[in-house]
Amino acid sequence: MNSTAATATATPEVTDTQGMNYLVSLPRRIVTVYVPLFAFLIVLLFPFYWMAVTTFKPNEELLSREGNPFWVRNPTLAHVKKLLFDTAYPDWLWNTVLISVVATVLSLFCSVLAAYAIERLRFKGSRYVGMSIFLAYLVPPSILFIPLATVVYKLQLFDTRLALILTYPTFLIPFCTWLLMGYFKSIPFELEECALIDGASRWQILMKIVLPLAVPGLISAGIFAFTLSWNEFIYALTFVSSSEVKTVPVGVVTELVEGDVYHWGSLMAGALFGSLPVAVLYSFFVEYYVSGLTGAVKE
Amino acid sequence: MSTFVSRLQDNRHALGLLFMIPAALVLVVFLTYPLGLGTWLGFTDAKIGRPGEFVGLENFEYLWGDAVTRLALFNTIFYTVVASVIKFLLGLWLALLLNKHLPFKAFFRAIVLLPFIVPTALSAIAFWWIYDSQFSIISWALMRMGIIHEYIDFLGQPWHARFATIAANIWRGVPFVAITLLAGLQTISPSYYEAASLDGASPWQQFRHVTLPLLTPIIAVVMTFSVLFTFTDFQLIYVLTRGGPLNSTHLMATLAFQRGISGGSLGEGAAIATAMVPFLLAAIMVSYYGLQRRAWQQGGTDK
Repeated sequence: MNSTAATATATPEVTDTQGMNYLVSLPRRIVTVYVPLFAFLIVLLFPFYWMAVTTFKPNEELLSREGNPFWVRNPTLAHVKKLLFDTAYPDWLWNTVLISVVATVLSLFCSVLAAYAIERLRFKGSRYVGMSIFLAYLVPPSILFIPLATVVYKLQLFDTRLALILTYPTFLIPFCTWLLMGYFKSIPFELEECALIDGASRWQILMKIVLPLAVPGLISAGIFAFTLSWNEFIYALTFVSSSEVKTVPVGVVTELVEGDVYHWGSLMAGALFGSLPVAVLYSFFVEYYVSGLTGAVKE
Repeated sequence: MSTFVSRLQDNRHALGLLFMIPAALVLVVFLTYPLGLGTWLGFTDAKIGRPGEFVGLENFEYLWGDAVTRLALFNTIFYTVVASVIKFLLGLWLALLLNKHLPFKAFFRAIVLLPFIVPTALSAIAFWWIYDSQFSIISWALMRMGIIHEYIDFLGQPWHARFATIAANIWRGVPFVAITLLAGLQTISPSYYEAASLDGASPWQQFRHVTLPLLTPIIAVVMTFSVLFTFTDFQLIYVLTRGGPLNSTHLMATLAFQRGISGGSLGEGAAIATAMVPFLLAAIMVSYYGLQRRAWQQGGTDK
């Protein structure tokens, strides 16, 4: 099977990267690359498949150990119907969309101005401000939620959507600012100088030169901020208590799980429909998302 | 810079501060102030609906003697260390696999990241169902293969529950590690590998002496973030076990929530959260400086 090692050339197996991959025999490639890769994919995707299968399975099939559990024999929409008409799920979905969109727009607005000021205006002390933005990005929500709950309470925002809209930017602004600083840095200063000489104001430069050139960065930051808000859990769990204000992740976890009998079908339907919007959005903007992820780490 | 720009100097500083106002306002009110308040609350006996009095180190003394808190600390460290090491190894392996010439490479890369982008609370719900004591699909499959003879109680026994939650955390974290390391791998020029293989380096030697040293700086950053996320994890545990059975999966974050919010002892909860900070800093130091130093020793840049 392994004939490459026996060849007389000075280049035996090269399995690491591009370059000389053509020298590696196909059977070897199958064992070292395709088999592990498909194992990874199966494990990584199985929970999603399982959500989908469970969503459409009737209860008698769900609670039976007979037959093939990996397939649905008599698909049903009963769980979906229950979720949409007997629970507050549509409300949670609407709340999640509203909160995520508003928090994202608000964060982008603040971040664009901040990143432009730090990276392009280079005002006195901007270096320190940039550093503290990065440090703010490292503060995890799980050490912040208790004091933040008291702040939210004092501002009489408890149990409102506004509480989440205003607290999500605490992790969105540092992230977006950091990401946008990287994009702004790559725009040549000469463009700005030319515009200044032609009499453009800073505001015009930002709107007509810098922002159009940083559109990919804005999309990355926007997509990332939207998914982060959509997925947020601990603040939404702590700052909101009424069903009609909850977001999807919190609603599914706190309201659909009640009592001893778990309604697995509608639970999985809730998980599936709560995951689909971000998955679909992500699928349209994969490149932007990945560049946002890697850009934020690389800086 | 042109003289025109330098003439705008004063204007520039004022404008810069003006542009900082929206972000600064949000961050000071909802981040900096709560951060300080949290530290202060840790030294008070505040309860929900009652402002606390300063009690000095009382909370910390109590927590130090509290068996549950100690267990939570052990769990958090165990969870972070085991999950981070496995996430790193699997993530690096997956990144190396994805870095090869494959058909549909972009497609593979896109779907690999799915576990990372969907809400963790919702995928944790799916894991909860996968780990169900009576209808677990894993138990069903293992039974069919004849490996086990009765259904595994994944979340009902302390050590089972620990490893089950770690497995779910790994499932979620591997894509992040893999995709970010893949970005690092793609910056390594293929000519290094050509040169190494012409010198007769084996694939392992190439990995050990070309890939790893060049990748170390990005590994340091990626693992720092990974450790940070894992150490402060909340939602996965909250959804899967709420800290049980017998507090065996309680992490610092879930314990802080239980005591501070559910139990109403804001002071005690804040003290637990504050107690995470030194451990968090230590974990970051170890993963960041530990790896950075190796990069420096191997001739990398000392960033």
